[in-house]
Amino acid sequence: MNIYYNFAYFDEGSKQEIRRAILKAVAIPGFQVPFASREMPIARGWGTGGLQLTLALIGRSDILKVIDQGCDESVNAVSIKRLVTKTTGVDITDITERATIIQSRHRIPEVPLTTDQILVLQVPIPEPLRHYEPSEMATQKLHAEQEYSGAWLMLFEQIMHYRHMSTGADHPVLVHNRYVMAPSPIPRYDNPKLNYSPALVLLGAGREKKVYAVPPYTQVVSLAFQDFPFRVENFSGKTCRLCGYAAAYLDELVDDTTGTTFFQCNDTSYCFKRRNETAL
Amino acid sequence: MVRDVENPILTVRNLSKRFGLGCRQCQSGPTSHLDKNYCQNCGTVYACAEVSFDLYANEVLGIVGESGSGKSTLLRCLYFDEEPSGGEVYLSAYHHGEKNVVLASSQQKRYIRNHTLGMVYQNPVLGLKMNFSAIGNIAEKLIAAGTRHVADMEGRGHELLQHVSIPLARIKETPKSFSGGMQQRVQIAKALSNNPPILLLDEITTGLDLSVQASVLDLIKEIRRSTHISMLIVSHDLAVIRMMADRTIVMLDGAIVEAGVTDQILEDPQHWHTQQLVYSLL
Repeated sequence: MNIYYNFAYFDEGSKQEIRRAILKAVAIPGFQVPFASREMPIARGWGTGGLQLTLALIGRSDILKVIDQGCDESVNAVSIKRLVTKTTGVDITDITERATIIQSRHRIPEVPLTTDQILVLQVPIPEPLRHYEPSEMATQKLHAEQEYSGAWLMLFEQIMHYRHMSTGADHPVLVHNRYVMAPSPIPRYDNPKLNYSPALVLLGAGREKKVYAVPPYTQVVSLAFQDFPFRVENFSGKTCRLCGYAAAYLDELVDDTTGTTFFQCNDTSYCFKRRNETAL
Repeated sequence: MVRDVENPILTVRNLSKRFGLGCRQCQSGPTSHLDKNYCQNCGTVYACAEVSFDLYANEVLGIVGESGSGKSTLLRCLYFDEEPSGGEVYLSAYHHGEKNVVLASSQQKRYIRNHTLGMVYQNPVLGLKMNFSAIGNIAEKLIAAGTRHVADMEGRGHELLQHVSIPLARIKETPKSFSGGMQQRVQIAKALSNNPPILLLDEITTGLDLSVQASVLDLIKEIRRSTHISMLIVSHDLAVIRMMADRTIVMLDGAIVEAGVTDQILEDPQHWHTQQLVYSLL
């Protein structure tokens, strides 16, 4: 039996509602816009927020790239790509430069994005103050009053316990000098890429029913203290085992047979690109 | 400087707080159809009714009254935890005391609260973040007041927590793991952290054992001697009021029934309710 879906899975009314939320999010940088998160053929918490944004945005001429933790071939990325191609027939690519829409979980690609591209990030917890204040009503009030002591306090606590800011990912940022925003669980390494990014960055949280955005060329500052400046992960002295490159975000892996640790580019398509270039 | 002494740093005029909508019956006259401060017709509670007083610099003002007389609601209104139903509040720190603080925007109220007020609640759960370290709790107030320097905040935290006798070895623990008396002392340290000119204290010794009560009161006296801070002390314990307050106001059913110098009120109470309070002192 063949089921015929509307273009991009959703009915037009749903796409319209999501686009309206996106427009509002772009108009108020960093502000979390509530939207009616749809039922999807994948479970909430598996990228439904990002997928809904992608489906609402995509047109016939778009080229889509989906990455999961820097990898184009992981199960979740492949499943999402299959759903989109099945219902739209658009081209899929691994090459960052070719893509017009890039849906990602946990990473911003190493290749600098351009004004012609849109980055869609999947977000598990959109509220940067959630661990400080569990009530949604209370956090909305804190945002309205621009009371962000809680975000700083969480960083202060980390410094008290570890003598440095220990956010492994999702280090809070101040957008356009107004809203403190959770940049989704990207490593600190990727935070500076958001600052004055030429590409539009959209963030979708399906389970939490929120959409927010960083419009192109918007100031994004990672929170830090005067005597504890923001620092990205340090990979000095380490290189990728495959491409030999040092200036990229590296994964630390363990070789099961020898028990030794080695490093490898987290962004797989970037690593391929470098190896292809050197092979030529 | 003479002006500063003569002008109150906090002026409260006709402050009212009612819980409920009110009806024609209970709003028609001052004492009409009310059972104490409760309207039997519509169920509205008049927690504070037309409360007026002044607080001067370096003064401790006591507020006494039986439970349910509106003492805590009054303090919560002044700390913006509750929105007053009516009345005016002036702070010398806000537009030189010329603008009504009640009408300020919520952002301005937040600013006033972070910069000029300190509050110690009867229940430490309300004043502390129980899942954050003791020093983190101090830092929260400092961050809210604009500090962004970790070493400065840590230094101030050490100083204050030492001042309230919290062992340095335990300052990175969460208040959850502290005793009630320790929690109360951390709360006092937090309220003092940004040197607020006004400190609001709500039944701070209630529920503490006698020796801890004495040490908390000692601490408050010491703070007053060393910092010249103004305090509003709410208590139903007349011994605390006698020991701490310069002037005292007595509240009953949301209204002030007597006000004056503490010694005078305790030695020669005029209102029948004050007499009752004083004579029931063990």
